[in-house]
Amino acid sequence: MSAAIAPKPIRGEINGSSKAGRVKKRLTSRWATTGAIIIAMLWTLPTFGLFISSFRPAADLSNSGWWTILTNWGFTFRNYEAVLFDSGASSASLGSYFINSLVISIPGTIFPLTLALMAAYAFSWIPFKGSSWLFVLVFALQIVPLQMALIPLLRIFNQPWLDISSSFAAVWVAHTIFALPLGIFLLHNFISEIPHEVVEAARVDGANHTQMFLKVIFPLSLPAVASLAIFQFLWVWNDLLVALVFSGGGKDVAPLTQRLGELAGSRGSDWEVMTAAAFVSIIVPLIVFFLLQRYFVRGLLAGSIKG
Amino acid sequence: MQSAHALALAGQQIVRADKFWSESGSKLGTGLIAIAIFVAVVGLLMFLADNAPKKGRDVLQLLFFVAPALLLLGAGLIWPAIQTIGTSLTNDGGEFVGLANFVTIFTDPTQQSVVRNTLIWVVLVPLLSTSVGLAYAVFIDKSRGEKVYKALVFMPMAISFVGASIIWRFMYTYRAEAFPQIGFLNQVLIWLGLEPHQFIASAPFNTLFLIFVMVWIQTGFAMVILSAAIKGVPDEIIEAASLDGANAWQRFWSVTVPWIRGSLVVVVTTITIATLKVFDIVRTMTGGQFKTSVIANEMYNRAFALGQPSIGAALAVLLFLMVLPIVIYNVRVLRQHKEAH
Repeated sequence: MSAAIAPKPIRGEINGSSKAGRVKKRLTSRWATTGAIIIAMLWTLPTFGLFISSFRPAADLSNSGWWTILTNWGFTFRNYEAVLFDSGASSASLGSYFINSLVISIPGTIFPLTLALMAAYAFSWIPFKGSSWLFVLVFALQIVPLQMALIPLLRIFNQPWLDISSSFAAVWVAHTIFALPLGIFLLHNFISEIPHEVVEAARVDGANHTQMFLKVIFPLSLPAVASLAIFQFLWVWNDLLVALVFSGGGKDVAPLTQRLGELAGSRGSDWEVMTAAAFVSIIVPLIVFFLLQRYFVRGLLAGSIKG
Repeated sequence: MQSAHALALAGQQIVRADKFWSESGSKLGTGLIAIAIFVAVVGLLMFLADNAPKKGRDVLQLLFFVAPALLLLGAGLIWPAIQTIGTSLTNDGGEFVGLANFVTIFTDPTQQSVVRNTLIWVVLVPLLSTSVGLAYAVFIDKSRGEKVYKALVFMPMAISFVGASIIWRFMYTYRAEAFPQIGFLNQVLIWLGLEPHQFIASAPFNTLFLIFVMVWIQTGFAMVILSAAIKGVPDEIIEAASLDGANAWQRFWSVTVPWIRGSLVVVVTTITIATLKVFDIVRTMTGGQFKTSVIANEMYNRAFALGQPSIGAALAVLLFLMVLPIVIYNVRVLRQHKEAH
């Protein structure tokens, strides 16, 4: 699938510099540039407005729009301080939820990727009976919407012998399960492309499967694992549905998205709360995005079906 | 007196901060311990499989690699999905009722509006995201600052649906005309000499404004993938077309679009599937009020808030049935595409 999505760019250097090409490009480019700028503005402005507003005092926020900031100057960190650290029944307490998001997302990335990499290795390099139809089955599971699994899975978590609902463990396990089909599929695509000679050479040296996995497959598949890890981390960090069903909703386990959703219901028009709260929840994805954009794009190009 | 009060307050603050840090510390500890246990268990199993008696070693090693994933998928996805199908055919008392739940979904007026809204989402989101994304990809192709342009439109992709919904609720905020507007879009309406509009609360067009949030998120995805595809169109073909006298518009439709058809299908189907399952946006923007609910949102409400698991299960199955043909189409086109190249 990845091959079809991301054809190798074949860039002709000659064409752009030919005289006719240049003239044509200039003729069409004025409209193109205008269009591009309009779209880019429309796509950036909302986030920008929210960002500016999150630093404005509450009184300014409710009396004027953020676009008047220059004539209506006001700047404060109070909104952030309030949503992060104030305690009290109605305060956002996002500090705790931020930690919860971290505690959910990091194992929620490590667990499924490890298990997926192991399974992908087996499907690629350990010949066994039924291997190919099992792999097709795993591949096909990508189309099952996670809504199909929520109610029974919650029931399983509530069983007395397991009893992990409303805990981090429940959220981790759920995210692990839901990430496996796509993870196995994408990593299998990557691992099965490792040249035969490399694997054979290790095998001749007497490496068994676990040694092969640790010393050959794992290091070679790191680029794919990294892309997928970023993707999975963002997916888990941004998830609302799994959290709502499995976290129990309390301050002990629930992630930022869930708290933000609650605030949208209870304090949706207190913009000094909502602007800062929204920004607290999107800051980590934004940092990840801007630092690791290249890997993020690569991951996206490799696999676009998820959930 | 006053200083004593201040001291007490400061003391409280410190205690509170202490509590926050100790709680956070123990949560982070939980996470680290869980990771350590996970690594230890995987390592131990690996060691055991490695040092098993020679006779069964191959089988044990194979099991070590595939069994964890397969067990989790079997118990956590396949079995639950089968159970959900079963639940969708019973009532909440557990009696078999055939397709009655599905009949309810398609005949009950509120449910009908849910299905109708979902269809509107499914048609408009892929259409708008893909066309805007494609247009933008073409506009910025090979331009100066292409990377920056891309990052700007791509950025919403990284934000959670909940976060994006709040960003847009702020854009859509309504104030009566007598008061200063704080929502940008209503300010634009005022600048244009119009009256402010209740974007979120007034049906039926509010669904369109919710849909735009999803378009805002998905356009970046379409743009990135289509941009990569456009760069794969060989320059010779485009040059040949322009020698034949085709203008930019004709070249776009007769050369570029057919060439990137495979990517277009992937983009449209992927966005369609994502749209079918969209839940967070409706929940955060309106909670499903003002006639904006969609199947995924209704599924959650029925199953978890209203305690009607049967209708919830039927809605989940309906989602699955809607996703299925799209995926099949996608796979078929990709296979043809692979054979053609």
